[in-house]
Amino acid sequence: MKKYTYTESKDTRSGFGAGMTELGRTNPNVVALCADLVGSLKIETFIKENPERFFQCGIAEANMIGISAGLSIAGHIPFATTFANFGSGRVYDQIRQSVAYSNKNVKIAVSHAGLTLGEDGATHQILEDIGMMKMLPGMTVINPCDFNQTKAATIAVANYKGPVYLRFGRPVIPVFTSPDQVFEIGKAWMVNEGTDVTIVATGHLVWEAIQAGEKLAEEGINAEIINIHTIKPLDTEAILKSVAKTRCIVTAEEHNRIGGLGDSVAQLLITKDLVPQEYVAVNDSFGESGKPAELMKKYGLDSASIIEAVKRVMKRRN
Amino acid sequence: MNITELEKTASQVRRDIVRMVHACQSGHPGGSLGCTDLLVALYFNTMKHNTQFNMLGTDEDLFFLSNGHISPVFYSVLSRSGYYPKEEMKTFRKLNSRLQGHPTTHEHLPGIRMSAGSLGQGLSVGIGAALSKKLKKENTLVYVLMGDGEQDEGQIWEALQFAPHHKVDNLIAVVDVNGQQIDGPTEKVMSNRNLEDKYKAFGWQVLKMKGNNMADVVKVLAEAKASTGKGVPIAIMMQTEMGAGVDFMMGSNKWHGIAPNDEQLAAALAQLPETLGDF
Repeated sequence: MKKYTYTESKDTRSGFGAGMTELGRTNPNVVALCADLVGSLKIETFIKENPERFFQCGIAEANMIGISAGLSIAGHIPFATTFANFGSGRVYDQIRQSVAYSNKNVKIAVSHAGLTLGEDGATHQILEDIGMMKMLPGMTVINPCDFNQTKAATIAVANYKGPVYLRFGRPVIPVFTSPDQVFEIGKAWMVNEGTDVTIVATGHLVWEAIQAGEKLAEEGINAEIINIHTIKPLDTEAILKSVAKTRCIVTAEEHNRIGGLGDSVAQLLITKDLVPQEYVAVNDSFGESGKPAELMKKYGLDSASIIEAVKRVMKRRN
Repeated sequence: MNITELEKTASQVRRDIVRMVHACQSGHPGGSLGCTDLLVALYFNTMKHNTQFNMLGTDEDLFFLSNGHISPVFYSVLSRSGYYPKEEMKTFRKLNSRLQGHPTTHEHLPGIRMSAGSLGQGLSVGIGAALSKKLKKENTLVYVLMGDGEQDEGQIWEALQFAPHHKVDNLIAVVDVNGQQIDGPTEKVMSNRNLEDKYKAFGWQVLKMKGNNMADVVKVLAEAKASTGKGVPIAIMMQTEMGAGVDFMMGSNKWHGIAPNDEQLAAALAQLPETLGDF
């Protein structure tokens, strides 16, 4: 197992903020909008340095999405920012008609996705957004895994023309990817090459998968770990290549098991190369209040859950 | 174009509307007929625009239709002003057409910059385009047309708060006040009483227009243009009659979303002189 070390821990939303700071300095067409959550989205520096390119929308997300679509028409690159819950389900129809169907170059950049939002509870813990967004024709859906990857993804989506849903989170987690990485939309990252089982993980579950991989290695199980940061378009080649070797797969995500990364992988395997699959995902339920780590454990999204899923899937294969 | 020429164009646009809706036996003639004079005045007189369509619309005035169901009037005016050939109006609402039931960018019909149909979204989009043009320091305007029934949608009120707060003063929003919506008169379905006062209370400058009187339409549009650039967004309460121009389609909500039969088509066309050649 390849060794991943880290010297600091940060939240992915700060990676977004750092990406926006850089974009503010390098791309004059980038503008930002926010629905009364500037501090949570970490875009203070962008606003301070580019006050004329920031639009405070107040607590009115539907209007923010429409304004973003309008800003894009004359050539600006708007980043509409809020919590994932309010930037997906609350404004689904606005995204569907004014952004996706209209093919507008709007970046919906949302924080506090999933259970790790923590104490605020289920009203704010969206676990359905990946599913909703990937259903929209033409929408790109990205869920980066740490500070550096989120920063790189933020810069990459500004250079890509088309609607993007960029999903990140609140908790402070290890920074284990390279600070000078080039983020390629739709291209999986090979975290660890292995032969016994494929683990495909996205977002906060990538670090959990690495920890699981280390423990599995101690037991003699050589896991191939792939980071799918872009859920749509899915890197089908990387997944098929891996399962051709391992013949079984575990998918891991901070999302409902219905409609997320796991279902995208299952659809691929069913039509191309059917191998046993196990899901590490929330089992069709809402979340609840609690500390992020407690919630990830209770809802079966930690490294221990990944190890159990690996053992189940290997047994099914054998 | 002078008023007489504009009126002649409007007569042809009204013919196009009823003929399009008749040909596919679906669509929304009522609101389309009511808003004909406004769209003709905008595209043939008021707006600075280029029929060699470019999505960016740099240095052009932009128009956004929020109540997308009145697509027939939009399609006719775009074609008649030169964005695409008039023969294509025959394809309205038919399979493989660029003239979808509701306007969309998806089929790349020249002149359309935003999909509309799900109501309440166009004002926000217009505000965004206006902000973009301000950032680019363009001396251009953005026009948005909404329905009065559409004022039921909450997103409009979010947008109405935003525009004065951010001093979006290169924007003219028109509300088609015809007093009708699908289920009946707006006063019965969902009263939007004192709409003008509400807009004023939100910080908009409000003008009134007799929307089926071409001379008044042109005059009030000129007043609206002259009122821009002063720190406040401009709204026009445009009084119209649903079905205007075809006597039996006026006076109720009956013709909001139904098509005329052959006999009714003939009766309608008899009231609307052909001035530019039918499609």
